[in-house]
Amino acid sequence: MIKGKVWKYGDDINTDVIFPGKYTYTVTDSNEMAQYALEDLDPDFSKNVKQGDIIVAGKNFGCGSSREQAVIALKEAGISAIIAPSFARIYYRNAINEGVPLLENSEAPEHIEHGDEITIDLDKGEIINAQGKVFKFPPLPPSVQEIMNAGGLIPYVKKKRMTEVG
Amino acid sequence: MGKTFVEKILGKKAGKEVVPGEIVMVEPDRLMSHDNSAAISKKFKSIGIKNVAYPDRIVIILDHCVPAASEKYATNHKVIREFVKEQGIRNFFDIHNGICHQVFIEKGFALPGNLILGSDSHTTSYGAVGAFSAGIGRTEMAALYATGELWLKVPQSYKIVVTGKFPAGVSAKDLILHIIGTIGSDGALYKSVEFTGETISDMSVSDRIILSNMSAEMGAKNGYFAPDDKTREFLKGKTDEGYEEIYPDEDAEYERILKFDVTNLSPRVAKPHTVDNVSHIEEVKGIKINQALLGTCTNGRLNDLEAAAKILKGKKIHPDTRMLVFPASQEIMLEAMKNGTLQILAEAGAVLMNPGCGPCLGAHEGTLAPGEVCITTANRNFKGRMGCKEAFVYLASPETVAASAIKGEIADPREVI
Ligand code: SF4
Repeated sequence: MIKGKVWKYGDDINTDVIFPGKYTYTVTDSNEMAQYALEDLDPDFSKNVKQGDIIVAGKNFGCGSSREQAVIALKEAGISAIIAPSFARIYYRNAINEGVPLLENSEAPEHIEHGDEITIDLDKGEIINAQGKVFKFPPLPPSVQEIMNAGGLIPYVKKKRMTEVG
Repeated sequence: MGKTFVEKILGKKAGKEVVPGEIVMVEPDRLMSHDNSAAISKKFKSIGIKNVAYPDRIVIILDHCVPAASEKYATNHKVIREFVKEQGIRNFFDIHNGICHQVFIEKGFALPGNLILGSDSHTTSYGAVGAFSAGIGRTEMAALYATGELWLKVPQSYKIVVTGKFPAGVSAKDLILHIIGTIGSDGALYKSVEFTGETISDMSVSDRIILSNMSAEMGAKNGYFAPDDKTREFLKGKTDEGYEEIYPDEDAEYERILKFDVTNLSPRVAKPHTVDNVSHIEEVKGIKINQALLGTCTNGRLNDLEAAAKILKGKKIHPDTRMLVFPASQEIMLEAMKNGTLQILAEAGAVLMNPGCGPCLGAHEGTLAPGEVCITTANRNFKGRMGCKEAFVYLASPETVAASAIKGEIADPREVI
């Protein structure tokens, strides 16, 4: 179960506003990345975000560059899940590989406001808004779920390798 | 029922029949990465494996911040050079070669029927020669270094059919901006896009790259062009490796078929801050510009530089505007030197830069100041993209960028040719 306060944003939030390109080769420490998260969109975010908070956004979240910092910066800032009608495909992969749940639902964002406290049940595939209304999201395919369960792609490859080596 | 290109190639790589929605494990033929290879090498080492599985499948090209702009960037490059030596990676291209996607294609690493993954979103470019190529993250690249395989989801397919002949002063960039403006920046999200039609057959491989490159800007997984005589001619001398061309079946099923006609197409410009915020030139004409940028993996090839030079020949860039030219590769720079194109651009007052990404991602030279406006041949105009969140980036064709540089404001190239 995930419970958290909502940061709400619009459509097409791109990787450049999530983590500016100018920092891609100078800010290499994961913790430091968090302080630049969403800098060009919402300077308030990095100052006030709390561990466990949730982002709710419009369509095509994470479009643009393949930079993984755009996932890591939000994860390090404390974001526990992101809800949107759709996600850009590389962003979606990057999030799985970092173990950050992305939940696809086109109705929920219309019924969730900035600052709301909402609940997510990953096992049941449910988002419960502040008024108690339930929204369903599709479960991940089993092979992808395995990567998420291992905590991301690197731990998954490590684990697999250990079992293979014996 | 027939199969689309992506169903065929992923089926071939997975060794079985596949359908959209299915997840398959594949072994890519080639892996492409750039300055982010330092971060990839660090991730790779964290797995605890000493050697990469297939060093010859890895291609590393330094282009994003070349030459290094600071100690941090220099260190980043150094880590990569050491990693390349230690792992015996032969396909390494240091800072003088040019932009990764252009160099990758020029050196014959992009071949029809190949499956290529790259840790860069514009890896879609290689579809121009009939490959399946898609962008992935750096963690995935590290895992690929270790194991040589990765999961992919078989996408649904769209077909984009283009007919008609381009009017003078209008080119492939205007077409792709028009397509993205029409279907939106998520208009082909997760889809495999196949480009076809008489206009596409007439198009050079170089112009096809503009379309496959910017397929990423409509959310597509890959953008494919069926190999033809032009492709075979283009690849001659670039590789001695054999390749197998893969075509979609005639009766393949597409989720959507979109039709475009370029006969009456006018120049298009994408306004800040999204690529699908596309206008006809008439609506943006007259907007004052501070900088004009010719280059990037979208439009830095020889014919792009030549198209701009044709307009700038014997003219001067407006005194309140600066123009930067970044040939996409060293090979292109040398050609443009030999045939006088660079001379024309320099005489017009443009600043000639070294091949590379330049200011495209805002991490290096040529960045903007607050309130400034840039018109560029690049593929992205996001807020902050060129290093300053209070600047404004417009995307256009080489022709429109050249015409605007002369006038000091966004201008219609049809009025100056
Ligand atoms: S030119 Fe721009 S879009 Fe192309 S690879 Fe370089 S940074 Fe990316």
